[in-house]
Order: sequence, then C-alpha cells, then structure tokens
Amino acid sequence: MIEGKFVDNLPKVYGLYTGGFIAFILLMAILEQMGVSAETIGILFVLFTIFIYAAIGWLSRTMQVSAYYVAGREVPALFNGMATGADWMSGASFVALAGGVYFGGHGYLAFVVGWTGGYVLVASLMAPYLRKFGCYTVPDFIGTRYGGNLARFCAVIVLVVASFTYVTAQINATGTIASRALEIPFEVGVWFGLLGILLCSMLGGMRAVTWTQVAQYIVLIIAYLTPVIWMSNKQGFGLIPHFSYGDAVARIAELETVHGVGTAATESFPRLKILTTLHNDPGTGMAAWKFVTLAFCMMTGTASLPHILMRYFTTPTVNAARKSVAWSLFFIFLLYFTAPALATLTKLQVLDPNLATGIIGKAFADVQALDWVQKWSSVGFLAISDSNGDGLLQINEFFMRPDIVVLATPEIAGLPYVISGLVAAGGMAAAMSTADGLLLAIANALSHDLYYKIIDPKADSRVRLIVARVLLIVIGAAGAGVASLKLTGILGAVAWAFCFAASGLFFPLVLGVWWKRATRQGAIAGMAGGFLAGTFYLYYVYTGGTPILGIDHLRFGIVGMPVSLILMIVVSLMTPEPDAETQDMIDRTRIPTGKPILSEEH
Amino acid sequence: MSQDNAAREGHWAKTRTLTFGVLIVWFIFSFVVHWFAQSLNEMSFLGFPLGYYMAVQGSLAVFVLLIVFSNWRQDAIDHEFGFGEDE
Repeated sequence: MIEGKFVDNLPKVYGLYTGGFIAFILLMAILEQMGVSAETIGILFVLFTIFIYAAIGWLSRTMQVSAYYVAGREVPALFNGMATGADWMSGASFVALAGGVYFGGHGYLAFVVGWTGGYVLVASLMAPYLRKFGCYTVPDFIGTRYGGNLARFCAVIVLVVASFTYVTAQINATGTIASRALEIPFEVGVWFGLLGILLCSMLGGMRAVTWTQVAQYIVLIIAYLTPVIWMSNKQGFGLIPHFSYGDAVARIAELETVHGVGTAATESFPRLKILTTLHNDPGTGMAAWKFVTLAFCMMTGTASLPHILMRYFTTPTVNAARKSVAWSLFFIFLLYFTAPALATLTKLQVLDPNLATGIIGKAFADVQALDWVQKWSSVGFLAISDSNGDGLLQINEFFMRPDIVVLATPEIAGLPYVISGLVAAGGMAAAMSTADGLLLAIANALSHDLYYKIIDPKADSRVRLIVARVLLIVIGAAGAGVASLKLTGILGAVAWAFCFAASGLFFPLVLGVWWKRATRQGAIAGMAGGFLAGTFYLYYVYTGGTPILGIDHLRFGIVGMPVSLILMIVVSLMTPEPDAETQDMIDRTRIPTGKPILSEEH
Repeated sequence: MSQDNAAREGHWAKTRTLTFGVLIVWFIFSFVVHWFAQSLNEMSFLGFPLGYYMAVQGSLAVFVLLIVFSNWRQDAIDHEFGFGEDE
C-alpha cells in the first residue's frame, strides 16, 4: 500500500472497512441462527478484529523518524478526530462508565461532563500551540520552551507515572475481556491482550497506531450504539432513544419508591454491589462540591495527558489541529451521551415489573432460572439471594459488579448473542486503542527525550527507532506484569492518571504558551512541587487519612494543581525573565503561520 | 519587522479575548450549571428534569458547539492579521 495514495483514499478505505465489518456481523448472526455456539461467535469476533488491527499495523511499518513519532504529520482532521476518540475512550469509558452511572447516579455523571469539557481546554489552550511548536512528544515542548535537561526530565517523570498508571488499567481490561471471550485464564488473557496491542504499534509507531485507532473507533462506536438502539426500539422509546428517555427517568423514580431503593443489604458478596443510589438525585452542598471537583480534575487531566496531546501533533497544519479537536469531541460525544441512556434503559429493564425482562419483585425461583443470571453468577460477577425468605427478589437481594452492566446488557434485554460478541469486540477495541496510545507516549518520551535528547544526542535514526521499539516491549511487559497482579480497579487507576497529569503538567504546559514570564526554574518547581504534593496527598488519603473537604483519592489533583500554580508563579517571578530568544520563540508559537519552532527531523 | 510585531500583538490581543470568553462559557456549563442541578431539576426540558439533562447531554453539546464556534472566530482573527493558513 503506497502511503501517498493511502492518505488520499481514506474515506474509501474506511468506508469499505465499515461495510466489511457490518457484513461480518451479519455473517455471525447467520451462523448463530444455524446453531453455532455462543462461545464460538465470541471467539470469532475478538480474533477477527484483532487480526484486522494487526494487519493494519503491519502495513503501516516504517523506519522514518517523523512517521514513527508523528505519523508524518499528514493525518486529516476528521480521521485524527476518530483516532483521538478511540485513543481517548478506554476500557473504563466503554465497559465501566454506564455501569458507574447505573450504580452511582448523578454524582457519577461528573465523569461524563469532565471527560468532554476537558476538550474545550485542549482546543483553546493547548493543541494549536503545541502543533505549531512542532514537537514529537510533550516533554519535547517543555524541554525546548524552558530549556535544559532537568525541565525535560521532570516532564518525562510525570508523563511516565501518569501514563503507566493508566496503561495497567487498560491492559487489565483487555485481559478481562479476552479471558471472558476466549475462555482462557485472566493471567493468560493479559499477555494475549498485550500481544495484540504490540502488534498494532511496534512496527509503525504513531503511523500504525493512528490507522488502527481509526479502525478501532469504528468497531467500538458500532458496538456501543447497536444494543442501545435495539433495546430502545423493543421498549418503545423510538429509533434514537437519546431525546426521549426522559419518561424512563421519571418511571425509574416511581419504581425506586416502589422497590425501596436505598434499603441496605443484609448480606454481602465480595466486590458485588446492590443498587442504593437514586438515579437522579444531585443533592446540594457537599454533593455539588464533589461533582464540580471531580469534573475539574478530569477536565484539567484531559488537557494534560500526553497520549491525547500527541495526537494533535500528527495533523498537517495548526488549523487542522484545531478542527481535529472539534471532531474528536464530536466522536467522543456520540458515546458519552449514549452511556447514560444505556444505564437508564438497562435499569428500567431490570426494575420494571411490567416488562418481560424485569426481575425485581418477581418470583425468586424464576429469576434464578434465567440464563444470564446463571451465566454471570457462575463466574462470581453477580449474585442473588433471598435474604428475607419471602420467595420474591427484592432490590437489596440483587448483587452485581458495576462494570458488567455494559457487557451483560444485551443478555439482560434478551438480544441475540451476536450482539454480546459485538460488544466484547468493542470493549477490546476501546481498551487496546487506549493502551496503544499510552504505551507509545511512554516509549516515545523515553526514547526521544531521555535517550536521544539527554543520553546520546548523536544517535542515528536507525538506533533511535530500535531503542523506541525495545522500550515499547519492555514497558508493555511491565504493564502486563503489574496488571496481572490486579492491584487496582479499572476506574480508580484511571482517575489517578488524570490527577497525576493535571498536578504535574497542566500549568507548565498552559503557562509555557500563555505567560512569557514563566521561567525554567518556575516550571521545574511547578512540575515537581505539584506532582509531589498530589502524590503525598494521595498516599495520605489512600492509607486511611481523613479526606480534607471531601477531597478523596479520585480528586487529588485539587491539591496538586494549586501547589503547582503558586510555586510556578512565585519561583518564576523570583528568577530573571526568559531571554529575548525564548520570548521570540513564544511569539512565533502563538501565530499559526510560519515555520514550526522545531525542525521536521529533530 | 515592526509592522509584523504590531500584527502579532493585535492578533494575540484578540486571541486572548476570544479564549477568555470561551473559558467563561466553559466555566458556566462545567461547574455553575451542575452546582445548581438540584434546583434546575424542578424545571423540565424535552421531558427530562433540566439539571439531569444538562449533565447527560446539555453541557456536552454546548462543549462541542463552543469548540466549533471558537475555531470559526479564531480563523477570522488569523485572517484579519494575515496569519491565515491557506489550505
């Protein structure tokens, strides 16, 4: 496949690809009708999609530095938007978000608001300027703008800690899905997932990751929307439920009173929860404070996470980078405004006794006999127990792991198994694409900023690209090793990554463009101080300290960020202002035209 | 060069004003609206309680439109000062 031709033919290539994927779904549906087992269909879905991604990865292999680091800066805005969407929407967004809304109610919607609003910051404060700068990595910007290896090194540390925290959660998610779909042990699933991830990124770096991420976005969005739209039609909420499920919200509120949502359970099962939070009860005071602080951390984290920012280094122009942020948010919006609809409709399926699928208030023996209840109970993800012995299933007798809501929805709603296979493939695509972006961000920072810029500036491009690939494997293996220990839940680890990035990188990045007076010493103080303050606070609350003002381990960025800002301003003002050359560099960064600050091959 | 400097300064002044405006709107729909979610729920929009609606769709849609709007204005500013990229 010739590169020039490929970029010119993107709509055609991905149009054909989408058509092919839909044909594959139909083929699976036919196989299901012919009596092929559910397990086989699940395996075919996961293996087929991974095979396609690996093929794209192979076709995009390269030995050019700029293709490896920034996909040759020729990715059109719309396709970069799709790739960013896949890069962004992780296993947590795909698998855990709707489940979180299902169990967490309004408070959990802070993630939905935070993970979209952050793009406003990316668009207005970061992306166009970083693109104009012409850097390969985020520490590349810090190192050049502030000068000196120490500033670059601090940025590398923050990047590695934030991204590594995040990537273990993603490898964990690929392992969970692979082990469920392929029926292999979780520990094996983790390494299998890693193999798929490396196949996509190793040979072609950013170029390969870009084109597989576009393919993965298409799979994940089809997989997310299909069951919701299907379910909505079955329940009579119309073809597109998003604008009409208000009635479902009202009906759930009625049913919550009927079923007594909020009644504590009298038994407990490890890692399983009953529904106690009302679907729509925002509260005031502390509840509102928790909502806005979480949203704030997620937004600033979005604008500081290097695997997202580096996607905007791949567009041909500054203008395309801006447009690309708009496309990214649009593609992300499609999933995020569907997640609460999914949570609402699934909840209604379970709660409403008038629906055939309703289980709360039904005879205990009947519920126990349901296929999906048996299947998920057998693996310990769900449990029912007739605690009060009345022969009926109460709301506080139905235990479930929050993160199976999306995966189990097709079965709860009685959709054919082909949809479950599709959802598994979608979850896999979401987790793999994010893991790819993160691994690449870490490996690139280490190979470009640490190895090439700090350790061996004379290394030739061949050696640099070999180092980059070896690092990719080493970091991937380390991530899989940590993931197989199952230290943290998916969601906790993701929120931490955002808070680490926001504490250490947000202000040094923003002020690097927006405040000429910011100095090297100020930036170093801001990165180190913010990052350490956040980390110490995390350690404090995580080891049992009482959260101050309700700032718990999910939102420790609220502590790190002000420390970072204050240190950066105070230290900058105490040190001499940046020289004329640096000031001129900032001036040139602020306008879209003219040569980039860093040359094409650097 | 001095003419170029004047253009740069004018360009940056307008860019800054635009960004400031964008951030105000962002702030309102990110935080203010959700702070008052409980009261907004008394009102209804498209059959949804308004506070709930803003968290599941309203703010999200505003963010998308805000970026589109800001790109459009920024383009105009770039062209006004001769920094437009011709694509």
